[in-house]
Amino acid sequence: MEFFSVMFKLWNQYWKLFLEGLGMTLFMGFLTVLLSTVFGAVMALMRRSKWGIGRFRPLGAIAAVYVEVIRGTPILLQLYFFYFMLPQWVPFLELTEFQCVLIACCVNSTAYVCEIIRSGIQAVDFGQTEAARSLGLNGRQTMIHIVLPQAVKNILPALCNEFVAIVKETSLASTFFVGELMTQFKTIQGITYRVLEPLTIVGIIYFLVTFVMSKLIALLERRMNASER
Amino acid sequence: MNDENQLIQVVDLHKSFGSLQVLQGVTEHISKGEVVSIIGPSGGGKSTFLRCLNLLEVPTGGHIYFEGTDITDKKVDINVHRQKMGMVFQHFNVFNNLTVGKNITLAPVLLGKKTQAEADDMARELLERVGLSDKINQYPKKLSGGQKQRLAIVRALAMEPDVMLFDEPTSALDPEMVGEVLLVIKDLVKTGLTTVIVTHEMGFAKEVSNRVLFMDGGIIAEKGTPDEVFNHPQNPRTKEFLSKVLY
Repeated sequence: MEFFSVMFKLWNQYWKLFLEGLGMTLFMGFLTVLLSTVFGAVMALMRRSKWGIGRFRPLGAIAAVYVEVIRGTPILLQLYFFYFMLPQWVPFLELTEFQCVLIACCVNSTAYVCEIIRSGIQAVDFGQTEAARSLGLNGRQTMIHIVLPQAVKNILPALCNEFVAIVKETSLASTFFVGELMTQFKTIQGITYRVLEPLTIVGIIYFLVTFVMSKLIALLERRMNASER
Repeated sequence: MNDENQLIQVVDLHKSFGSLQVLQGVTEHISKGEVVSIIGPSGGGKSTFLRCLNLLEVPTGGHIYFEGTDITDKKVDINVHRQKMGMVFQHFNVFNNLTVGKNITLAPVLLGKKTQAEADDMARELLERVGLSDKINQYPKKLSGGQKQRLAIVRALAMEPDVMLFDEPTSALDPEMVGEVLLVIKDLVKTGLTTVIVTHEMGFAKEVSNRVLFMDGGIIAEKGTPDEVFNHPQNPRTKEFLSKVLY
């Protein structure tokens, strides 16, 4: 079939471009997850903080609004927003296009990671906290020694799933030609005037990567459940 | 409020959850060395009362004096006092992320009561006492309900508390495991440790306690020696309750 022979030809000729794109995609995904894990953890702490004036908890409110707004708007819109907003509002930083897009991805992902961490902590049986407090441990000691170690088991697999999701979502960054996998498709499309073949190749790469990752996550989950047994 | 023998003094304790009034003015003294059982129908406020004693539930009114200190005072560091009040829960609540040994040593070491080596020695001793020596390096997941509860009891004992609070310690156990846990509690009571126990095991309450409190409708409806409460109840509500439960 012509379709497949063209695909092979394209791969042979442009495999380097595809792999470069994949590298960029993974790099973006990894950096995004890393940064949003840090910020997401801070955000989750804010959401859980009891500090407040009367019944109003400013930190909790800020975090809640942040999460709702980010989750309630499309990621493509957020990408556009930061892509144009950052150079206008903070020109002295001289951010590159890639950096703007990366920041947008982090802002987006932070909201989701915040919820992952928050629900991971919430899923730990409250009896564990009560038992620790009844022994005289303070809130912080209880969190560090009892709750967080158990919450990590809920959080880690979900965080990996978020990584898989982000890897796919970075394709939207191709709107701004930042060089990830989807951008490479557009580049090759421009050179060869072929659409379906390079698109299929890119699709296969995305699929293989996410498939392998989800299998690894399943393995990780089984391993974690196997400990403590 | 300074009677030497009084360990816990509860004065006009109120607790409500929203519009639901669970405790409606409970006043009670618990002396050193006493074994007090709290019985009564579900929803009568037994567990809430017990959980107020170490402030796991924050009372909405009244005072609790523990060893002379008003622990309901917001300026009091409750963590210090909780170290002296051991608690055992219905659902065991053993720490799932720690081995059996670590379950016991975590609090004494973390709170500076003991070095790790001292705590390890004590853990071995305590586990020996409740027949769990061979489990010291295992995780709680591998334990049966009865074993978990025995672990929970010695975990509380490791803090060398002045009082032990048991919140329905056998209610979540399979019937064949109730005995082993009650046996541990019986042994403990013999050592003279002050004990407050919320229970549905009437036979057990009758056997081990010095005093029985019958709680219903958020108040202590009747109290007295086991003989008085079980054999000669005065309050019609106590009579009705006891006629319904088998023991």
